[in-house]
Amino acid sequence: MKMKPTRDGYGEGLLELGRTNPDVVVLDADLAKSTRTEWFMKQYPERFFDMGIAEQDMLGTAAGLALGGKIPFVTTYGVFVAGRAWDQIRTTVAYAGLNVKIGGAHGGISVGPDGATHQALEEIALMRVLPGMTLIIPADAVEAKKATIAAAGINGPCYLRFAREATPVFTREEDPFVIGKANTLREGSDVTIIACGPILYEALLAGERLQEKGIEARVINMHTVKPLDEEAILKAASETGAIVTAEEHQIMGGLGGAVAEVLVKHKPVPVEMVGINDTFGESGTPEELAEKYGLRARDIMQAAERVLGRKK
Amino acid sequence: MQKTLSIEELKDICRDVRADIVRMTAEAGSGHPGGSLSSVELLVPLYFSVLNHRPSQPDWPERDRFILSKGHVGPVLYSVMARTGYFPVEELLTFRKMGSRLQGHPSMKALPGLESSSGSLGQGLSIANGLALAARLNGRSFRVYCLMGDGELQEGQVWEAAMTAAHYKLDNVCALVDYNNLQIDGKVEDVKNIAPLSAKWQSFNWHVIEIDGHDLSQVLKAYREAKSQKGKPTVIIAHTIKGKGVSFMENAAEWHGKAPNKAELERALQDIYGEEGPR
Repeated sequence: MKMKPTRDGYGEGLLELGRTNPDVVVLDADLAKSTRTEWFMKQYPERFFDMGIAEQDMLGTAAGLALGGKIPFVTTYGVFVAGRAWDQIRTTVAYAGLNVKIGGAHGGISVGPDGATHQALEEIALMRVLPGMTLIIPADAVEAKKATIAAAGINGPCYLRFAREATPVFTREEDPFVIGKANTLREGSDVTIIACGPILYEALLAGERLQEKGIEARVINMHTVKPLDEEAILKAASETGAIVTAEEHQIMGGLGGAVAEVLVKHKPVPVEMVGINDTFGESGTPEELAEKYGLRARDIMQAAERVLGRKK
Repeated sequence: MQKTLSIEELKDICRDVRADIVRMTAEAGSGHPGGSLSSVELLVPLYFSVLNHRPSQPDWPERDRFILSKGHVGPVLYSVMARTGYFPVEELLTFRKMGSRLQGHPSMKALPGLESSSGSLGQGLSIANGLALAARLNGRSFRVYCLMGDGELQEGQVWEAAMTAAHYKLDNVCALVDYNNLQIDGKVEDVKNIAPLSAKWQSFNWHVIEIDGHDLSQVLKAYREAKSQKGKPTVIIAHTIKGKGVSFMENAAEWHGKAPNKAELERALQDIYGEEGPR
């Protein structure tokens, strides 16, 4: 299995946009190497702005660039952009519906040894609550590139979440990517696992192991958390009658919460949620952390078995 | 291009704008007259004599931009916009009411001609810088003006943006500081001192012009000087009086965010126009 971090897909997507769209500009806050915007900077230095360690100013500058007809991609770690610059995103960008794209790198606990301060676990909650915001969490590097290019094609604010670690590349170039349209990665009729981001690979492994036990699990790639593909969720609820969500994010306010909101309104079925359970992370290897915080295929599989036990 | 107005003509317009401010806030029963009144002599010459803009074509790409960073002084901006022809003057009295395009703090989606939405302080100068960079990238020659309050300079983002403008040598950016020395909790120097202000901006590599912000000829001269600066952004530090032109509001922090009642409105209008009344 080929391994590659989703941030590489972002860097490649920006390079492609640099070539095809002269209005695309990129801003970073002193993390260009780490976020992969350095690739764009080297190719298109006149369209790259290093804003220094000043995330709030970066968002405002991007807003001005958008007002001037540009398509800015602001980039830094998720904690520093979604958290520190949240009011700038809310009031200056989202309230005015400005065409600013936000690349939040180093999302999730798999950031590893840097510890809790650098492990963004709140971006879904923080961004999903903003009216007009599009929120995309690509599952692998191939999808990350597609998502980056697609983000430039819509008008309005958009947050893209990327991860630091190399993770399996399991989607294919030819797979469709449409913002707001979930992809079904595996068919199944007993239970549905809905996940976003690199943890989807664990969800697929869980699906295989469940099959060994005679359980047919559907696996849905919910790469767009907002606008959420309610149709795919409700279809899965109707056809499988039980849902597991999986995300490398706080369960509260995350994908699990978003899916549950849809289900309670239209089709209440039992749900189990895999994610970070109301705690901060810590230093460790990505593997150790995934193990401790319950983000492995085994954890998803156990959640599926639990939810099946609750299914009427 | 704009026609040249005499100082006397601008003074008359300033009186009308002051009257609009007190009428709007009185009618709304809320709003921010103090900082609106202190900014009048900055915005009237800007909108009537300095800006290269077309009120009948608010999306004209070559227009100069004005970014209101201290969004709470919407009344003064709405007034100069109405009086330069962006929308009917009668609409001013819808300010802060349900369904109005004149939101309590400006919303650019609601009203054509507004260049940004604001209300959370400290954010405008960054927006101005971004517009200035876009002008440079697009080969356009428009200028960007940004009005900030003095208390607002306590926001850290302002100084991030100050560094950005100087670093990228944005000489098409002109910042305005309405230095009325009052904020909600009292005197700026008591709440959290921003002095020495001129030295601060100079040390951030800005060209600094310090003026009496109620002297129209000084204001006009400062705008001309800012425009002629090359390689550096300019800040105009305008010493002003909060509540200027309305005797009982002058230098009174409590009029930061309080509307006059009916009797107070009458007294205010008398202060503004004097015995002879409006033109």
